[in-house]
Formats: sequence, C-alpha cells, structure tokens
Amino acid sequence: MTTLQARPTHTGLGNALTDHLTMIGRCVRLTRRNTETLIMSIALPLLMMLLFVYVFGGAINTGTQYVNYVVPGIVLLCTGYGAAATAMAVANDMTTGVIDRLRTLPIRGSAVLTGHVVASVARNALSTTIVVTAAVVMGFRPRAAFAEWLLAAGLLLLYVLALSWFAAGLGVIAKSVESASALSFVMLFLPYLSSAFVPPHTMPRFLRGISEHQPITPVIETVRGLLTGTPIGANGWIALLWCTGLLAAASTFAAWLFRRRNAV
Amino acid sequence: MRMTYAFKRTYYALGEPVIVEAEGLTKSYGTTTVLDGVDLHVRRGTVFALLGPNGAGKTTTIRILTTLTRPDAGTARVAGHDVVREPTKVRGAISLTGQFAAVDDQQTGRENLTVVGRLMHLGGPAARRRAVDLLDRFDLRDAADRRVKTYSGGMRRRLDLAMSLVSTPEVIFLDEPTTGLDPVSRTTMWDAVRDLVAAGTTIVLTTQYLEEADRLADTVALLHEGRVAVSGSTDAVKARVGGHRLDLGFTTDHDTTRAAALLSARRTDAPLALGLPSDGTATHQHHVLDALRTAGIPVATISTHRPTLDDVFIAFTGGQSPTSPDQAPLDLVTATPYAEDLA
Repeated sequence: MTTLQARPTHTGLGNALTDHLTMIGRCVRLTRRNTETLIMSIALPLLMMLLFVYVFGGAINTGTQYVNYVVPGIVLLCTGYGAAATAMAVANDMTTGVIDRLRTLPIRGSAVLTGHVVASVARNALSTTIVVTAAVVMGFRPRAAFAEWLLAAGLLLLYVLALSWFAAGLGVIAKSVESASALSFVMLFLPYLSSAFVPPHTMPRFLRGISEHQPITPVIETVRGLLTGTPIGANGWIALLWCTGLLAAASTFAAWLFRRRNAV
Repeated sequence: MRMTYAFKRTYYALGEPVIVEAEGLTKSYGTTTVLDGVDLHVRRGTVFALLGPNGAGKTTTIRILTTLTRPDAGTARVAGHDVVREPTKVRGAISLTGQFAAVDDQQTGRENLTVVGRLMHLGGPAARRRAVDLLDRFDLRDAADRRVKTYSGGMRRRLDLAMSLVSTPEVIFLDEPTTGLDPVSRTTMWDAVRDLVAAGTTIVLTTQYLEEADRLADTVALLHEGRVAVSGSTDAVKARVGGHRLDLGFTTDHDTTRAAALLSARRTDAPLALGLPSDGTATHQHHVLDALRTAGIPVATISTHRPTLDDVFIAFTGGQSPTSPDQAPLDLVTATPYAEDLA
C-alpha cells in the first residue's frame, strides 16, 4: 500500500449531494433498525387513539362522530413522538465520538442534521399512514376529495419538517440522550392543549387562550376541515404561516446551534 | 508572518520534515486553563506519544490539532496547513480515532466503513472495495455483515481504527487507543500501528499506559499543568531522570517517612518503599545505606533498576504515575462537554 494515493477533491455540488444522500441513508438505516423506538412511535399514538375513541370519546361531545373529530389530533400527536425520537438520535450523535469523526471528515456540517431530519420525515410518513389506516378500520370516514387529501398531506409534511428541525435543534443543545428525551416533552404535551381532543371552547378561559393561539390548533383545524368538511376559515392561512415560520426559524436555529456547539 | 517563518525554519533545519508543529497553544474553558503554551513537533513517519495525567490537556491538544477545537492563542500546522485557517485541508490529510469509539451500533461493520468511504468522496464502488480491504486487514471479515452491537470491545476498536484509515491519511491521531482493551486486543492494536508506520504514516497518540509509549513511540512529550514538561526520544527522556533508580523497602510507615525526609526521596507505587535517582554504582548504594544506618533507620530491601517512563512521569509531574491504581480524582466539573478527559 502507498500513502501517496491521489486524493479526491472535497468541494462542489456533486460532493455536497453525496454527503447529504449518504447521511440520509445512514439515518434511515439506523431508524429502521432501532426497532423499539420505531414501534413506540407508532404504537403509542395507536393506543392513544383507542383510548380516546373507545374510553373517553363517549363522554366528549364534539357534535360529530368522535373518531372523525380526533384523527387529525392523533396524527399530530404521532409526529410529536416521531420528533422526540429525532431529538434523541441527534443527541446520540452529538454526545458520542460519532460527531468528532464526522467533523474531521471534509464534509458539510449541514449534512449531519439534514440526514436526521429527512429520516424523521420518512418515519413520520410511515407512522401517519399506519395511524390513518387504523382509524379507517375504527370507523373514521373522511369525505375528502383527492385534492383535499393532497393539501392535507402537504400541510402535515410541512408541519413534520418544521417539528423535525425543532427536534434536531433540541438534540444539538441536549447534554445527553436522556435530556434530549426530556426536552422533547413539550412536543408531546402541546397537542393536549389544542383542539386535538376536545373543542377549545370547553376549556377554562386562560387555557382556551393558549389553545387557540398555539400552532397546533390551526394545523389540526385545517386538516380536520380538509378531511371531514368542518369549517376551516382563516385557519388554513394561519397554519401555513405557522409552519413556514417555524420551519424557517427552527432550521436556522438548529444550524446555528450546530455550528456554535462545534466551535469550541 | 513571524510564525510562518519560524515553521519554515524548523522545517528545513531538521533532517526529516516536520509534519505536525504547534507553537504556544493555549486554551481555557471558563476560568480553567487547560493548555498554557504547548509547543511540539512531530517528524514525518514517526510515532509521537503525548503523555500526561488526567486533566493535563492531552485530549484538548489532540482536538486542536484535528481542527475540532480552536486554540485561544498559538498556532498549529498539520501536513503543511494551518488548523485554524485551513481546517478543510487539514481534515483531508488526517484522521482521528477518539476516546469514544465512533461506530454506529445499529450498522454492520461493512456499512460503517462504506459510509465513511462515501463521505470521503471515493465513489460507491471504490468505497465498497475499500471497506472489504479494511475488513480483511483488521480481521473483521467474518463479522463484516453483523451489526456492530454484537462486536467485542476489541473488534469495535479495530473497526474504529479501520474507519480512520479509509482515506489513507498522512497523519493519524489516536486518543487513548487501547484504554479498556484486553491484552490480546492491545497487542493487535500495537501491531496495526507498527504496520501503519512501516507504510510511512505518522502517528500521534495519547496514552495513559507508559508501557505503550515505551514500546511504540519514537518521541514522547509529557504534558503537565498545560505545558510540555519534558519531550524528546524515549531514551533521551529517561536519561534526564538519571541512569538508574534505587528502590528501598522499609518495615514501618514511620521509617519510610523519616527516610524520605533524610534522602529527599519519593515514595513509589509500592507501600513502604522509596525510589531515588542513582548512578547505579555500589559506592552510591553504600553511601545511602550508611546515611540510613547513622540515622538509625533499618532497611528491609534494596534494589536498583533502569528508569522507566513511570520514573520520568513521577520526576516531572511530582505526582503518581498514571499507571498506578490510585489515580488522582477526575475533575468532574468541566466547563464544556469537550473539556479534558471525560472518560
């Protein structure tokens, strides 16, 4: 062997693409093989749906079949679990030697987080499909046309993307995998303070304020409207604004945190 | 640029080119000074060992040389490139095997290697070929398609090193490469290092095992309180401690303490024992024994031996050698997760 082998160059668009694709491939592979996390992020929302539809649902008056009311909320709850797993995966990379290895390779730093975010979106797409299919089995009867399905899927995709970047940012600042899991609590809790499970007008005044002005409610109302025909009103635009705003803020913030953490 | 001139001067003055050179590196985390002016140079194709007790700044030095941490002051060049101004060029010429094995447990050995090959921009087929070569070389062929979580500690460490070699780097940094390995895995690791050096690669390693430095290193530098306390070839460094060491054993702690004061000698790792530099002659032994007899301190045992790196360590740090079981307590309050010696 010789050490005088010609070195490949490390700049250019093609290499940037390779870096990103390689990191995405790695993260998807790791996600697929981390069976416990994958099962949990699908099983928990399913259990919650069973619980709400068959246990609490009978006592909650939403003016419609409860299963039709609750599905969008369960889908967003599901994303929360998926994003928590992303925060933990990023934290795992950041707190083990992996990040040092990656950083001593001549690659773009952004590829590290992008890999996790894309894997997160893929995992959420899978779990959402499973949850919606299960809901149909349980009596969920959406009345959406194809275009409405597409719009709902598009909005959810945007929301998942924003939440995944947010989770990636949490993973970067977390000091350990456990603390990343603890930090993601907010993403698991927020859906309960929204219109996901009960109409906000049944809540005490101050909670209603939180519920009506947090990002999850307009996203849920829009998805619910698109799928089951409830009125959407201004929620569509508000949801879109929240999601794009969150996406821009979270991705910028995560990238900034990543550079800062690595600049010691 | 004054520094550039200084580097060039060193580069041409030495017979063999210097591939790693640092001048006046300093680094603090909060109020804790980790490095306080570290100078070192490593010649191409040699093994350089950085020694020091926990918290001496070994890992921080490695992190600066591998572009992971910016120094507060001072300059460092690796393979001809400045680590702060040209980090990408440095990264193209080096590899790092850190204290923590940087392997993905949920990927197979082959996948771990292929990912690094792709990130080194070898291209798919070349990355896969390189993975096969390295799996063969590090005796991992049978485990190639098993997930790393099923590997033993030695196998993980070998895979970790293999991942550092995907790109045939000019300089390989190994931060405590054999810590926690069983003796057989350690020997395998040492063989791998020797093979690399034989092929012309430069190795910079840190170790807590002075025996490791003794066996592998051409030159050593002993870090103490953020500075290089002593450096040079292992023989030259040992010679600075004195030709021989005289060990004296006593029967009571009281005698040991009195003798230590009388002879200005240090306690060794063994209980009730003192070690002091000696020229190895009978005359010196007589001299010491006479002094003890006059003071009325009975001596139980006496022996001489050539100094080891442990003696160098004790002489220059004034503390216990890192191989002794009774280590200084770890500094648990660290300013950042990358502060010195988390392990």
